[in-house]
Amino acid sequence: MIRFAKVFKAFPKGSLALKDVTFHVAKGEFAFLTGHSGAGKSTVLRLVYADELPTSGDVRVSGFVTSQLSGREIPRLRRRLGIVFQDFRLLEDRTAEENVAFALEVTGTRRSMIGPKVMRVLAQVGLAAKARAYPRELSGGEQQRVAIARALVNDPLVLLADEPTGNLDERATRGIFQLLRDINATGTAVIMATHDLDLVRSASYRSIELRDGAVVYDSAEEIEESDEEVEAR
Amino acid sequence: MRFVLREALASFRRQPVLSTLAITTIAFALFVLGLFSLVVLNLQGALRTVEERVEIVMYLVRGTPVEAVTMAMADIEAFPEVLAVNYVTEEQALERARLELAEFQGVFDDLTTNPLPASLEIRLRPGFRQSDQVDAVARRLRGFRFAEDIRFGRDWVEKLDRLRDIAAVVGLVLGAGFGAAAVIIIGTTIRMTVLARSREIQIMRLVGATDGFIRRPFILEGALKGAVGGVSAVILCYIAYLAVNSELFLGAFFSTEQAGLVVGFGTALGFVASSVSVGRHLGQV
Repeated sequence: MIRFAKVFKAFPKGSLALKDVTFHVAKGEFAFLTGHSGAGKSTVLRLVYADELPTSGDVRVSGFVTSQLSGREIPRLRRRLGIVFQDFRLLEDRTAEENVAFALEVTGTRRSMIGPKVMRVLAQVGLAAKARAYPRELSGGEQQRVAIARALVNDPLVLLADEPTGNLDERATRGIFQLLRDINATGTAVIMATHDLDLVRSASYRSIELRDGAVVYDSAEEIEESDEEVEAR
Repeated sequence: MRFVLREALASFRRQPVLSTLAITTIAFALFVLGLFSLVVLNLQGALRTVEERVEIVMYLVRGTPVEAVTMAMADIEAFPEVLAVNYVTEEQALERARLELAEFQGVFDDLTTNPLPASLEIRLRPGFRQSDQVDAVARRLRGFRFAEDIRFGRDWVEKLDRLRDIAAVVGLVLGAGFGAAAVIIIGTTIRMTVLARSREIQIMRLVGATDGFIRRPFILEGALKGAVGGVSAVILCYIAYLAVNSELFLGAFFSTEQAGLVVGFGTALGFVASSVSVGRHLGQV
């Protein structure tokens, strides 16, 4: 469903953000994207949602080849994706409910559909009781739940999470991770970028490790591991 | 659509000062344009009545035989510009003078001979009343042997013509100046709104809103400001009209269509300004 084929991505200055990245994430799969900051995790995700385009190679997402998308098609691709960030990216002047509804309003969903859909996803992330709360009235974990609800409300094929627990304490981290697992259990693929190796080890999901823009380990392909990496794990 | 409208209206609330400034500038631009249009409109009306009264008077050499005059009248009536020719005899001229200049009654009574010449009064068809056309007819009339003098209100007509042209040009120049200022201010407002809402715009993009959808509230916002500015301009013009009308004479105000045109022009101004600005600044977000 998401397929990177020999993807290179150069920074504007010329150095490479990604070097020859090739992998495939199947429908309904859960995959970790690991590596130090600057290893290229966020770049991989940005290439998936066509915020950036590969310098060479192909990125295919659910049938779309991102480099061939017209300006009108990019929004159509993004409606099939749910995207979550470390900093939540909620609108401070809107309630939880309104933040989630926003994603539906701006994609032209019929008004009568919005209310029920919003309540369904808020219930799914366990925040039905706080629908009327503003982001500042919510804890970090709760804010991330709102962000996840917003990402889910358009029924995405895949949820892209860029360090979703990076700003959260341990308890909230476990809660969010469990939520992502539950979402995955309903059939939605999840790609989660994280440098929290404890989290990666706590579940037996696939993990793809990036270093300096290159894939150095993919548990699905059992690429040979250097001693250093074995030590690190 | 409700979302677009709500967002467009919200910007008035978020940036009241800039929004008011933008509306005021548009209102003033159109007020100036409107005011001068009113002047032009009324001058035009005045010109029409004056032009209707534009007559060429050909005074005849004393003693011109009536037959010669009658023949000349037929000739003149055949001119394409001429509507009607009226012969005023010496006696009729004196009679008219008696009536019109009643304060000189005594003078007329003392007259032993009639000092007034006979004349032909020539009225022109509509469309042939511009000063150069009047001039052309007058020149041809001079060709008649018994034409002693030819008079017409040329100066008047020319002065009114010139006044109207000046009013139109001044109105256009000032209006264009204010209009340009309004476009720049609306552009700036939109730019600030775009930057202030960059977070929202980023999220809209992430969840798959189209560029057209993202643009729409901004463009609507600009068009609304233009429309409000246009309505204000019509109201300002009406106030000015009432004020002048009580002091001076000023005949007509805008018709509904013309008022609609002012509002429509303001809306178009706001629409264009915001479309250009949003296109330029969305790329920066």
